[in-house]
Amino acid sequence: MLCENCKKNTATTYIKRTVNGSTQEYHLCGECAKALGMTNDFNGFMNFGVGSLFGSLFSDGLTGIESQTMVKRCPGCGISFDDIARTGLCGCPQCYTTFYDQLLPTLSRIHGKLEHLGKVSKATEESVKEAKLKELEAQLKQAVDEQRYEDAAKIRDEIAGVKSSPDDKDAESKNIQNDGSAEGENE
Amino acid sequence: MSERKWYKSAGPCGDTVVSTRVRLARNLDSYPFPCRISEKQQAEINQKVNDSLLCDGSFNFRYIDMSQLSDTEAMAMAEKRLVSPDFIKDRTAKALIVSDDETISIMLGEEDHIRIQVMRPGFDLEECYRVADKVDRILDAHLNYAFNEKLGFLTECPTNLGTGLRASVMMHLPAIQSAGLLNQIMTTIAKIGLTIRGTYGEGSSPLGAMYQISNQVTLDISEESAINNLKSIATQIMEQERSYRSTLIKNPAVEDKIYRALGTLKYARIMDTKESISLLSDVRLGVACGLISDTDIDTLTGLCIDTQPANITVITGAASSQERDRQRTEIIRRALCSKQA
Repeated sequence: MLCENCKKNTATTYIKRTVNGSTQEYHLCGECAKALGMTNDFNGFMNFGVGSLFGSLFSDGLTGIESQTMVKRCPGCGISFDDIARTGLCGCPQCYTTFYDQLLPTLSRIHGKLEHLGKVSKATEESVKEAKLKELEAQLKQAVDEQRYEDAAKIRDEIAGVKSSPDDKDAESKNIQNDGSAEGENE
Repeated sequence: MSERKWYKSAGPCGDTVVSTRVRLARNLDSYPFPCRISEKQQAEINQKVNDSLLCDGSFNFRYIDMSQLSDTEAMAMAEKRLVSPDFIKDRTAKALIVSDDETISIMLGEEDHIRIQVMRPGFDLEECYRVADKVDRILDAHLNYAFNEKLGFLTECPTNLGTGLRASVMMHLPAIQSAGLLNQIMTTIAKIGLTIRGTYGEGSSPLGAMYQISNQVTLDISEESAINNLKSIATQIMEQERSYRSTLIKNPAVEDKIYRALGTLKYARIMDTKESISLLSDVRLGVACGLISDTDIDTLTGLCIDTQPANITVITGAASSQERDRQRTEIIRRALCSKQA
């Protein structure tokens, strides 16, 4: 994508700005973002460790704008997007849902398409199974209502098949056990 | 399972591939990531992971509380690549679960709560992944992983999201290096989501011509495809290296260098790490090309680890660097001369 300002360079900076409830998005090249004052220069950081290197991936102007508005914090661990931008690290699994929209441009830049094609965790297999059962039960009810008994029998077998795969318990509390650090909504 | 360490056995394609490693990054759902976690919480996780593995009983593991180790012992583990250098910096609340032969190591409290790592000699990606996956399934059955349908396994650093899989192949590439082809390879493989870097030192000609090739992309790709990509590229590099070697070895100066390296390793009395890595690399090339039959590839792979500073101290008790430089030649002589008999 080309920079929306100069229309010459490749856009490397994505800015999402919300003013009085209306959201605007910009795709700018580094130079234009700088010229328009829409970036936070990370040159001030003397620490060039890997953390700040990855951290700078997130720096794209968002930090400066965000700090002027209300700071959103992750309910799981209490960190703000600014913290993620600075360190390049998320604080807890919930950060990914809390800051999903803000992380999106960077995640796309690192990985390309955001689609998990690998193996899935047991917990997800279970929720997929549950969803499948719900859907089949609805189909069964409909088939019975419509007196399609042959279909109903097939669906019933399918339900039995899904149910017979071993299922799991051991559901731990989903709440992040916060360690008392940073619990406020603000600051 | 034998207690013989993995790096002292021969593996497939040992002429060019030193070792293969697969690691999976995993986190538990109900805890902050290690950058925000308390000691107590990480200790809880360590306990849960250890209990799950004990309860399953498929593997014979040893649990090591990292905070109980001396700096040298911890460093020796990093030299064996059993743990990462970052893992041993601050060892509070960190633990390692390791198999007898040291092929499987599970770091607890590294950048992620759990890092399952499997290492094998030679070129053996499928077997490494098979074992890592088995350990992963045991833990998944007992614990609640942080997982998101779209983003896969959730990791502290977004670069590992998705499969959390990093597979790497350590290759010995002296012929490609001397032909000056590494930069070209680097650029080509970067385009398909792989990376190559020196094992001992960065730059275009790292020590001992040892390189690690690994995958970078973890989302929008399955474990199988990531491994197959790496396998196919490493195979091509391996074939290229073999073909360049056949010409390189005909050069009398190269042949001379290889035999001189063997002579120095057998008779020197003082040697630093840099020199030993580079001489062992020359001899390795000689063995792989059939010039040298006094020793074999697995002895040389073992020596690459046993001659690192912290390992020398652990083996011999040598305290100063001068003492280590003397002991290094002792260890090498013992390994090379015993083969001759």
